[in-house]
Amino acid sequence: MNCIVCVTSVPDTASVIKIGADGNQIDEGGIKWILSPHDEYALEEALKITEAQGGEVTVVTYGPARAEAVLRDCLARGAHQAVHVIGGEETLGDSFKIAQTLAAILKDREYGLILVGVQSVGTDNSQVGQMLAELLDLPHVAGITSLEVGEGTLNASREVEGGKEIYESPLPALLTCQKGLNEPRYAALKGIMAAKRKPVEKIEPSDIGIDEGAGAAYRLRSLSLPPEKGEGTLLQGEDDPAGAAGNLVKLLREEAKAI
Amino acid sequence: MAGILVFVEQRGGEIRKASLQALSEAHRLAAGGPVAAVFAGEGITQVAASLGAYGAQKVFCADDGNLKLYSAEGYAAVVAKAVEDFGPSAVFFSATMIGRDLAPRLAAKLGVGVLADVVGIELEGDVFVAKRPVYSGKAFVTVDAAGSIPQVISLRPNVFAAEESGGSAEVVALDGLSLSIRAMVKEFAAADAGELDVAEADTIVAAGRGIKGPENIALIKELAEALGAAVGASRAIVDAGWIGHANQVGQTGKVVSPSLYIACGISGAIQHLAGMSSSKVIVAINKDADAPIFKVADYGIVGDLFDVIPPMVEAIKAL
Ligand SMILES: Cc1cc2nc3c(=O)[nH]c(=O)nc-3n(C[C@H](O)[C@H](O)[C@H](O)COP(=O)(O)OP(=O)(O)OC[C@H]3O[C@@H](n4cnc5c(N)ncnc54)[C@H](O)[C@@H]3O)c2cc1C
Ligand SMILES: Nc1ncnc2c1ncn2[C@@H]1O[C@H](COP(=O)(O)O)[C@@H](O)[C@H]1O
Repeated sequence: MNCIVCVTSVPDTASVIKIGADGNQIDEGGIKWILSPHDEYALEEALKITEAQGGEVTVVTYGPARAEAVLRDCLARGAHQAVHVIGGEETLGDSFKIAQTLAAILKDREYGLILVGVQSVGTDNSQVGQMLAELLDLPHVAGITSLEVGEGTLNASREVEGGKEIYESPLPALLTCQKGLNEPRYAALKGIMAAKRKPVEKIEPSDIGIDEGAGAAYRLRSLSLPPEKGEGTLLQGEDDPAGAAGNLVKLLREEAKAI
Repeated sequence: MAGILVFVEQRGGEIRKASLQALSEAHRLAAGGPVAAVFAGEGITQVAASLGAYGAQKVFCADDGNLKLYSAEGYAAVVAKAVEDFGPSAVFFSATMIGRDLAPRLAAKLGVGVLADVVGIELEGDVFVAKRPVYSGKAFVTVDAAGSIPQVISLRPNVFAAEESGGSAEVVALDGLSLSIRAMVKEFAAADAGELDVAEADTIVAAGRGIKGPENIALIKELAEALGAAVGASRAIVDAGWIGHANQVGQTGKVVSPSLYIACGISGAIQHLAGMSSSKVIVAINKDADAPIFKVADYGIVGDLFDVIPPMVEAIKAL
């Protein structure tokens, strides 16, 4: 069964975020770009499925030139093919636009599953997968932590508040993946060398009928940093831990009114 | 403004608190203008009218055996039908696991985007201006969806207050639905009774590698029990297998905003802070005075958690 994995290039989770000169995107200077962490679970699951059942894994990204590096990372981990739709310069992109672009790329491809990350680091939107499923008229399950793929159907589960939803769905389907699903592999040196020789298919948005300038679903007005937190109250608990504990409980009760 | 439609979630006929928060916020923003709720499930018609108390003037109710358990496809068809009948300017969701799943599916059906996981919102004319965290809370973006009909917005749970406003609602049955549900929930497996969910708890006691071993989760649970709190965890102890993934707070775990978050033996890595920095009061117990967790803490004790927690439990019980 062929699997498509949609991946995105994001700032390393340890990055310090600074506001860019335009005031509504980040300053990209000094940022290290990585494969969005949840996308690693999507890729790993696709690799496991094709290893067990045959078929190929195609990774797709819609992003600027730098996004090619995440495709190479995926190829190095074992993906067979890569497609790069070049565009989407903004780091905080418009999910609906992204989903429309991915739908335009994927509508004529052959696959049993599309796997994406539950959420990209940065936009923190958690939307592209569900939107893409709707646009391609596929069933979807979002935020899965377990999966079994059978003949024409799948069983998956996801954690929700207070429990777990256990799903059954026909194929083809779209899944958004998260931590808990599997243990992503790293790229081995051999894979990295092999990835250098694998081709990356390059596509311009206009080739697939996407006008990047038109029809934004939302407008960014400004980006700001969180307000600085004032100094907290620090109690020394080394010499008299019981005294410090008592004081803390008193402060939480009387000052913070939190208990 | 043509009105706000609020998707209200229930489980087993019980209305979720987070949905009442979203409904109350819609009532506040509409300032007397039209507010309706859309409510789906099986055997739920009787409770639908109670939404009037939180500001719904009308409740579009889809009471159907196929909607007993949640499904994105089924529920999106219900909300789309209510949008068609009500013609709102905006559709609100609570950004719960269901709301975050459903809102984008609905939005794509309607050809619009979503302002997700919003922590602040105001109305400028007909346009909702929202503030939402990005880069895991390292920044906030102010956005709007001007021109989208409707504007689809999800509100982060526990940020907005649920308030009774004392109105009453007319309940309208939504029929003529065509439900084709492919991805079906076969079963809802409830978590162990008595185990509070971090995503919903008002107080969280979280443990990190400072607890030394899985046997000491018991100490954290004692503190949590004394406070009626849920137990949270850093990724380090989830990956070590000391506690389940459902308890993990952070970038690759859950994002929480309780009234009180007590971090015990957690260093405060940026990926952990991503999940809890919007908590109202943060307390840190750590033996390293330079641990980054103290930078976000409102109160902290520099000390050994094994010496600090037992007397803390006693002091709380004595309150
Ligand atoms: C892509 C990515 C995603 C991640 N996602 C998450 C996430 O979702 N959630 C998350 O938590 N982490 C996440 N991490 C991991 C994160 O970077 C840290 O490694 C992790 O949070 C550390 O956990 P910790 O604070 O429990 O452990 P440590 O960093 O080892 O800290 C232990 C702390 O305990 C203190 N301590 C030790 N003994 C005692 C004692 N007796 N009394 C009091 N204090 C004591 C120490 O001083 C120290 O500060 C992620 C990392 C990456 C790269
Ligand atoms: N520009 C993109 N190109 C390809 N896939 C993407 C892109 N943006 C998001 N995705 C996928 O959609 C998931 C959810 O993203 P988001 O809705 O932005 O949180 C990501 O984890 C990716 O798998």
